[in-house]
Amino acid sequence: MTILVIARHTFKEAVRDRILYLLLFFSFLSIVLARVLAVLTVGDRVKVVKDVCLASIAFFGALMAILIGTGLVYKEIEKRTIFTLISKPLRRSEFLLGKYLGLVLTLAAMVAAMTVISLAVVFLHTFTLEIQMLPAVFFIFLELLLLTAVAVLFSCFSTPILSSLFALGFYLIGHFSWGLDTLIRKTPPGIGRTLLRVLDAVLPDLENFNIKTEVVQSLPLPPGFGLGAAGYAVVYTAFVLLLAVLIFRRRDFV
Amino acid sequence: MGNVLELAEVRKSYRPGFIPKKREVLKGVSFTVAAGEIFGYLGPNGAGKTTTIKCVLGLVFPDAGTISLFGRSPLDPRSKDRLGFLPENPYFYDHLSGREFLDFFAQLSRVDKTERPGRIDRLLRLVGLEKAAGQPLRKYSRGMLQRVGLAQALVNEPEFVILDEPLGGLDPLGRKEIRDIILGLRKAGRTVLFTSHILQDIEMICDRVAIIVGGRILSQGRLSDLVSEKILFTEITLAGVDEASLADFGDRLQTREGRTLLKVFDETRVQPLLDLVRERGGRIHALVPRTQTLEDIFVDTVARR
Repeated sequence: MTILVIARHTFKEAVRDRILYLLLFFSFLSIVLARVLAVLTVGDRVKVVKDVCLASIAFFGALMAILIGTGLVYKEIEKRTIFTLISKPLRRSEFLLGKYLGLVLTLAAMVAAMTVISLAVVFLHTFTLEIQMLPAVFFIFLELLLLTAVAVLFSCFSTPILSSLFALGFYLIGHFSWGLDTLIRKTPPGIGRTLLRVLDAVLPDLENFNIKTEVVQSLPLPPGFGLGAAGYAVVYTAFVLLLAVLIFRRRDFV
Repeated sequence: MGNVLELAEVRKSYRPGFIPKKREVLKGVSFTVAAGEIFGYLGPNGAGKTTTIKCVLGLVFPDAGTISLFGRSPLDPRSKDRLGFLPENPYFYDHLSGREFLDFFAQLSRVDKTERPGRIDRLLRLVGLEKAAGQPLRKYSRGMLQRVGLAQALVNEPEFVILDEPLGGLDPLGRKEIRDIILGLRKAGRTVLFTSHILQDIEMICDRVAIIVGGRILSQGRLSDLVSEKILFTEITLAGVDEASLADFGDRLQTREGRTLLKVFDETRVQPLLDLVRERGGRIHALVPRTQTLEDIFVDTVARR
């Protein structure tokens, strides 16, 4: 399986990236600072710690996906290492999917490390292992799968800086697109509302993966949430990767 | 013998940046590489050599024309199973050691796990990198990168090897070693296409050549057909004869430490000159007949354009 060979190689390459460790360091700092924030808080300190920990995992995970993801494919083209790779019996799609898989493995390792630190920090407060945080981490990871695919898509035809801006734009839009619902309700029926509905259908809704509040406040999840969010992640990611493969297949490596 | 590679009327143009006007790099390139031969692809910088190779490897898509690699499309992984490639100025993953690097490419070429260590050892020995096998590639010199790149090109024991400027950046000894490896490949029945702008290298080892200038093949064929056996002139270094007596035989190029270098264009004048030197009790220090070289053809081809 050549995809797995590329994935393993990408993983080894990505975990050597200094940016990754810088982000990991800041995520640890942020998680540890949750303890300080908790001291300054009136009310349920454990909830604050959990909230900050999960938010740190989501935020720094997204930064890792964007910053590493947008550079991976571009670097291969820029440094011309892709010349030798493509001369081997390797399809372009296999190369791209291998790169994606390698980055997903890297993010899995990073999210696992941040989760362990988060659980340890929460443990210092409660003296129990708060494994109910894990579903929230799982859905953060699903969001990262999609975000990584988007970062890889942009890196197929753009420079890392532009790709990072595009991917960051996707991330921000994805987290604020729920506001469109309110706008649709307040817009009078007509062409404007129809256009907003189309926009609502096309734009990503990354809040689909956000169950931080439910987990922190120990609230029940909406029925069918897990399956719906997982399905959304799989379909959207597959679509973005398909688009990336189609672009990458026709690209000239000058 | 069948053809390993066939290019017919291949055209390729690039659009530099946002400029709408296209720059045509290949203007209808056609040539074939037969099985078992060493084919030299010669041209000045920017002539389109690397673009041709990129088309053959499927790195860029030609605008027009056809390319057949082992009778298949260059994008077909089955044709790449039988192909090895060394890029010009190779850039590799510098965090990997030479051995890890070869192992990675052996995996991509689907070399059996049990077979990999032995084959990698053999290749490292072939390119003279056994001692540096454990060092990361970032510590390799340019010549060493070229060698490990060549080993990478051979890792799947390909029937056809494409080498883009394989002798660039090597010292004279390194060039000889790589030349010997290329000749060894032919002996083993492999086909080699290599590009170079160093004519001497091509002349020494190639069976056939194609000369590309400005995106067009201007001349191609067997070296023996292209290069005339006719003697262009004879350079004779002699001593003991006064310069005035030599004027009738040819052009005097220089006189240094009592030795005169004479360029004789008329072949029939060589023997009378030798007789004169003997009569006068002089000495012949060197006699070099100069036949046409690839360089002459190359310079002539480029100049004619």
